[in-house]
Amino acid sequence: MNNLLTIPVLLPMLGAALTLMLGPRPRAQRFVSVAVLVGVVAAAATLAVQAHTIGVQTLWVGAWPRGFGISLVADRLAGIMLTVASLVTLAVLVYSTGQDEAELRQETPVSIFHPTFLVMCAGVSAAFLAGDLFNMFVGFEILLFASYVLLTMSGTRPRMRAGSTYVVVNLLSASLFLTALATVYAATGTVNLAQLAMRLPEIDPGTQAMIQFMLLLVFGIKAAVFPLSAWLPDSYPTAPAPVTAVFAGLLTKVGVYAILRTQTLLFPHRPLTDLLLWVGLATMIVGILGAVAQSEMKRLLSFTLVSHIGYMVMGIGLATDAGLAAAIYYTAHHITIQATLFLVAGLMQRVGGSTSCDRVNGLATISPLLGALFIVPAMNLSGIPPFSGFIGKLGLLNAGIAVGTPLAWAVVVAAVSTSLLTLYTMAKAWNRAFWGKPMTASQMPDTLEEDDDVHEGRPMPGVMVGSTLALIAFSLVLTVAAGPLYDYTYQAAMTLRGGDYVRAVLAVVEP
Amino acid sequence: MTSSLALAVTAGVLIAAGVYLLTERSLTRILMGVLVMSNGVNLLFLVAMGRAGRPAIIGSTDPEAMSDPLPQAMVLTAIVITMAVSAFVVTMAYRSFQLNGNDEVSDDVEDARIRALAERDDVSDSYEDIKFSDTGEDVVSE
Repeated sequence: MNNLLTIPVLLPMLGAALTLMLGPRPRAQRFVSVAVLVGVVAAAATLAVQAHTIGVQTLWVGAWPRGFGISLVADRLAGIMLTVASLVTLAVLVYSTGQDEAELRQETPVSIFHPTFLVMCAGVSAAFLAGDLFNMFVGFEILLFASYVLLTMSGTRPRMRAGSTYVVVNLLSASLFLTALATVYAATGTVNLAQLAMRLPEIDPGTQAMIQFMLLLVFGIKAAVFPLSAWLPDSYPTAPAPVTAVFAGLLTKVGVYAILRTQTLLFPHRPLTDLLLWVGLATMIVGILGAVAQSEMKRLLSFTLVSHIGYMVMGIGLATDAGLAAAIYYTAHHITIQATLFLVAGLMQRVGGSTSCDRVNGLATISPLLGALFIVPAMNLSGIPPFSGFIGKLGLLNAGIAVGTPLAWAVVVAAVSTSLLTLYTMAKAWNRAFWGKPMTASQMPDTLEEDDDVHEGRPMPGVMVGSTLALIAFSLVLTVAAGPLYDYTYQAAMTLRGGDYVRAVLAVVEP
Repeated sequence: MTSSLALAVTAGVLIAAGVYLLTERSLTRILMGVLVMSNGVNLLFLVAMGRAGRPAIIGSTDPEAMSDPLPQAMVLTAIVITMAVSAFVVTMAYRSFQLNGNDEVSDDVEDARIRALAERDDVSDSYEDIKFSDTGEDVVSE
């Protein structure tokens, strides 16, 4: 029993209630949000360390006997995901407080940003820590609900358009998830992950395959893997920069986490690994080709996001310890780097007045600092050594080559090509937006983009730059500490495939 | 485990009707679809529960004769979530109506862009209209 497990869920909920009451007092609201998220980071980091040194941490909420009631579980995988996610959430929140003073406050007279943001954080934590499928569903619904509000905040025309697609897609996936849950319960009589891991192998293989496929479909929609990814580049780019950053960093990764968790724990013999590899391959290639065609920075980044989900799916599909370890490391890296890039896009919007490469030029002349802020994460995303992107990709490629089947080789080739094309898109964005002569808003050509928030450039507030810098620094920590981290993720992968999780959750005697 | 065929068939019909409504453009109809479908899915939980029994209250009922209370708890949660979703979608439909005069889910950005390009009769950068450099006349027209 470890009561610390409730903190990452309860603390943000409490914070949400407090910030809602503090609506008219923005300063106090900001203070509470930041304090709450610092607390969550501390709790998450402690859990990650405990999961590593002591073993899998579990809590049966309300002290019901094991096997009844709600369980929260933190193994190494949940620990590292939770820590990285809450760190990124904190950085994004700090960034948004910088933006707050200038922009957000004018946009949203009722200050619902902070409460909603904290509710979303609680949902993400709940999904990571849930020990059963139903609470994972509830966690997903909490974070999705907050994301509906954040995405459609201030109700402008583009946001309503983006929001309606997003909401409808997620309603459908929620219904599918519930159907899958009913099927699981009918087949096994439980939704607890540890009990499912024991009972599922005993039921009819046909039913097993159906359950596995349904879960994969549901989480595939959330993780935005091709062909279920069309909603993402359509809905993310219209939201304000901090919102897009946290969506891109976290929400799709929760889907990836759920795929990782269910596919490894519940279906250890994994009949769908080939399907996962094909899906990973298609996601990488289709996503990056979409990015190549874009000129608006946020849309471009949304497509690279879809494309790089393919790498994680590839790691899961390889189904070896090395593949899973690399996938976990890559997820941690990608949460950080994708959020950073969206924050930089927000800074571009401020400095250049637009995020479309058709409209901005010479940003590196206007602000060399912004150029540096963009180029480091951009190169990291493309997988240029020695950054963490390179280390993650190297791990995945090594794992792919070790598997050595023709399909694994095909995915390896696709992964290398995608990396190259990512470099191409980043270099293109750099050429068009950062080089050349600066232009003023009046010189900007009309484009077909719907984002019409064009204005003269404004200086960057220190808080926004500082939090972006902090995230870049964190991605460098991921690079420098890659050795120990890789050890950690390797053991996380071993825990996933071994029976540690089931033993820790269901053990009658307290270890 | 025995389960009711009537429930399963009703769930199937409700879900089919819901999916049909989801394919509509109007947010209000989509909402109807979601409501009908979620009712169907909730019935699936009752199917998963097995045979209906007596109230699950310890002391008043023999444990053997009880219904399985867990799926009912899950359905309750699902109903609450659906209610919140409906409220949100209704708000969104109303806001769309305020902005656009209708509540339709609009096209993909990319689709809209391609249509706009076609209307402006633009060509891509890689397309070259071959002309003689000195006269400026089209090769094709000569």
